[in-house]
Amino acid sequence: MSLFDFFKRNRSAPVARERLQLLLSHERILTGRADLAALLQEEILAVIAKHIAIDRDKVNVKLDRGSQCSTLEIDIEMPEGTLARS
Amino acid sequence: MSKVMVVTSGKGGVGKTTSSASLGAALAQAGQNVVVIDFDVGLRNLDLVMGAERRVVFDLVNVVQGDAKLAQALIRDKRVDTLSLLPASQTRDKDALTEEGVGRVIEELRGKFDWIICDSPAGIEKGAMLAMRFADIAVVVTNPEVSSVRDSDRIIGMLDSKTQLAENGGKFEKHLLLTRYSAARAARGEMLKVDDVLEILAIPLLGIVPESTEILNASNVGCPITLHNPASNAARAYSDAARRLLGEKIEMNDHAERRGFMSRLLGRKAAMA
Repeated sequence: MSLFDFFKRNRSAPVARERLQLLLSHERILTGRADLAALLQEEILAVIAKHIAIDRDKVNVKLDRGSQCSTLEIDIEMPEGTLARS
Repeated sequence: MSKVMVVTSGKGGVGKTTSSASLGAALAQAGQNVVVIDFDVGLRNLDLVMGAERRVVFDLVNVVQGDAKLAQALIRDKRVDTLSLLPASQTRDKDALTEEGVGRVIEELRGKFDWIICDSPAGIEKGAMLAMRFADIAVVVTNPEVSSVRDSDRIIGMLDSKTQLAENGGKFEKHLLLTRYSAARAARGEMLKVDDVLEILAIPLLGIVPESTEILNASNVGCPITLHNPASNAARAYSDAARRLLGEKIEMNDHAERRGFMSRLLGRKAAMA
């Protein structure tokens, strides 16, 4: 058994790393430390990219924090004919 | 020019007190005038780790409350005369320390020492907040383990928002001290690597302290490891870290024990038995 164990590699570190990255990106938002606009831009892009081919440079995410209300502005330029086909 | 340095982590048991004592001793051995303050009111341990538990007469709370003068509470180390300790109190009163009082004591210490090292209690309660409140720089002690990394991330956020320096718009200097690291286990994929932790926490690395039986030996006898066994890997890691704090450029080293194939095989057997 010991010889078998010797060759069986227990690679749990990559799992730890992934779990931490995911968890901390959310916790940093809760404690107000993440650049929320940048994060939203990435996540929104990922969702849209599943359905439409888009140019990353033509996506603009703006977050304004006001005392009464905050606004999230997302501006995505679609490639020509994208919507017509679908 | 004196520096106030908080040694903090969020999580308990990662090596804050050991690191405070070891970095303090290493800085003092390098000729700096150092005081290490125990902020863990109610659960003091720095005195024990530094071998001064029988010399405590007055403590931080006595000084903050004006019952003793600073000079009466400071304990000078018997081995290095530029190293002093300001012990915590064993009182159970959580409000024994006030922000104003701690600020006054630290201001007074700035006039006497080059380095004022604040050994923070675990957690994010008042004691931990007061330990970091007046600091200029921080050493974040982290183990390569998920809960320690998460808590360190939380503490880094607090250093950037709750310290006086940060509130005044200053950039708070933070350093990562990775402790209880095993290069061999990281290489086998069983432990987060140095680079993983650095990428996640995104603060500069001060040093890598290997997991070592010598650390326990040193605390058993109440002597900082840089004094007790200066040739050990862990002591060399702390000495290197102290020299980096003094501005020296020293190549990063994980201070791992490099063992041959046979002794590794035997080591594994011994661990399993």
